[in-house]
Amino acid sequence: MDLDNLYQELIVDHGTQPRNFAELDSHSHDAEGFNPLCGDLVHVYVKLDGDKIADVSFTGKGCAISTASASIMTDLVKGKTLTEVRALFKQFQDLLTKDNQSEVELGKLSALAGVKKYPSRVKCATLAWHTLQDACKE
Amino acid sequence: MDYIKQIRQDFPILKTQVKGHQLAYLDNAATTQKPRVVIDALDKYYATINANVHRGVHFLSENATEAYEQARYKVQKFINAASPQEIVFTRGTTEAVNLVASSFCQQFLNAGDEIIITRAEHHSNIVPWQLACERHGATLKVLPLTDSYELDLTKLDQLFSSKTKMLAVSHVSNALGTINPIKEIISKARANNVPVLIDGAQAGAHVDIDVQALDCDFYTLSSHKMFGPMGIGALYAKKSWLEQMPPYQGGGEMILQVTFDKVTYNQIPHKFEAGTPSVADSIAWGAAIDYLQALDHEKIAQHEAGLLEYAEQQLSKVDGITFYGQAQNKVPIISFLLSDIHPHDIGTIVNDYGVAIRTGHHCNMPLMDYIGISGTARASFAMYNTQEDVDQLCQALAEVKRVFHGSR
Repeated sequence: MDLDNLYQELIVDHGTQPRNFAELDSHSHDAEGFNPLCGDLVHVYVKLDGDKIADVSFTGKGCAISTASASIMTDLVKGKTLTEVRALFKQFQDLLTKDNQSEVELGKLSALAGVKKYPSRVKCATLAWHTLQDACKE
Repeated sequence: MDYIKQIRQDFPILKTQVKGHQLAYLDNAATTQKPRVVIDALDKYYATINANVHRGVHFLSENATEAYEQARYKVQKFINAASPQEIVFTRGTTEAVNLVASSFCQQFLNAGDEIIITRAEHHSNIVPWQLACERHGATLKVLPLTDSYELDLTKLDQLFSSKTKMLAVSHVSNALGTINPIKEIISKARANNVPVLIDGAQAGAHVDIDVQALDCDFYTLSSHKMFGPMGIGALYAKKSWLEQMPPYQGGGEMILQVTFDKVTYNQIPHKFEAGTPSVADSIAWGAAIDYLQALDHEKIAQHEAGLLEYAEQQLSKVDGITFYGQAQNKVPIISFLLSDIHPHDIGTIVNDYGVAIRTGHHCNMPLMDYIGISGTARASFAMYNTQEDVDQLCQALAEVKRVFHGSR
């Protein structure tokens, strides 16, 4: 059923025990993201090495969906270039909003595919990603 | 058939099935559902008397005007105002507060003046006053809360000064359900010669309102929170204020005569109703008031009190639940959290079991800040809710716990 689709073990796991959940001591970039609808707050820290994300972490307070999404994101984007991250985010957004999207390259992120059936929760799932992009701007 | 079951029959939407479950609608503080008579009134208006009001001399316009003014009269009676001239139709409570914050403050608020609100207000009874203070160089003062999140009246006297121009407070807290001691607040304000605005958005569906007995200066209402349509509400204001206040918006209807040199404004309340009003919605709100007035108020008050007690009893058996706002005097609204589970997750999961609740800050961010949380899950009941709805909520909460903690 929909619900088990949305709250998969992986999501609950990352949502309640997030990875990379700390301020990055040596970050070069950071940004804060806020979802006024539910009061979710996320702070993303990035250490850029040229065009590459050498390290990334986050702190904040949010629902299981936004926390899990942030946690999986930090696992996934480490070592990737900003161009690769942008492409990945685009693919992830498509997964959440469009039908019949490929989940091949998304890895653990595809666990969030269930969000598509809950349009009011798409913002929760993308908050950390938007914040990561904000952090890497300039 | 028992009385409440009978009432439920009047609300077609309550038969809705959500994901294979009977809908348990527990988001009544956000908006109430509409009885068949209200839906029919909208239909009947457009099918039989639709015309613009106050300007036509033809058959339809005269009928529409009469029905529109009849609706004003029904609102007047509902809150026991002295005259229908004291009822200004607005889009809802928010617009009513904005009308006063804009128009009253333009006339009476000067640099250095003060306005008092409370920490437990809805954003719509905070932001309009912030805007007015910004515009006129005035200061907003905030009545603090007690440890149990009720208004701390012991701190009220010291907030009044010779500069205080307005006190604005809600009748009932939308986030916690607390019925505020507005009678006492009004008499304190009166003693300090300060006019009072009561935000009555949450009161209409639960509390008897008598603006003359309260002796408040302004009282605001939203139709959709008391079984009427959305997009219509009212500002009650004492006649003397309405006569002294400048218009809120300019346009047709609010004028008597316009030249490029001079404008003569219409009589109250029309001076404050620029443009074509929401005639159908006003009339259908009147139908909602008729419907409410015809019900047995004592039976409903008993039912709602019993329901609140039952819900608190049953929910307190849910392991890990914390309640916020358990005032002695409250309407059936229960704000809660479940161990460390985010309210948004609670809301999404119970929805899969047909239960509609509201989650988040409920447009009360300063109150949530004070409590030290980002939001709550809120179950808000109306007269048509039953113990079965409560049971359905409790079962759904057990599922929430199963998802997060792997057990019931």
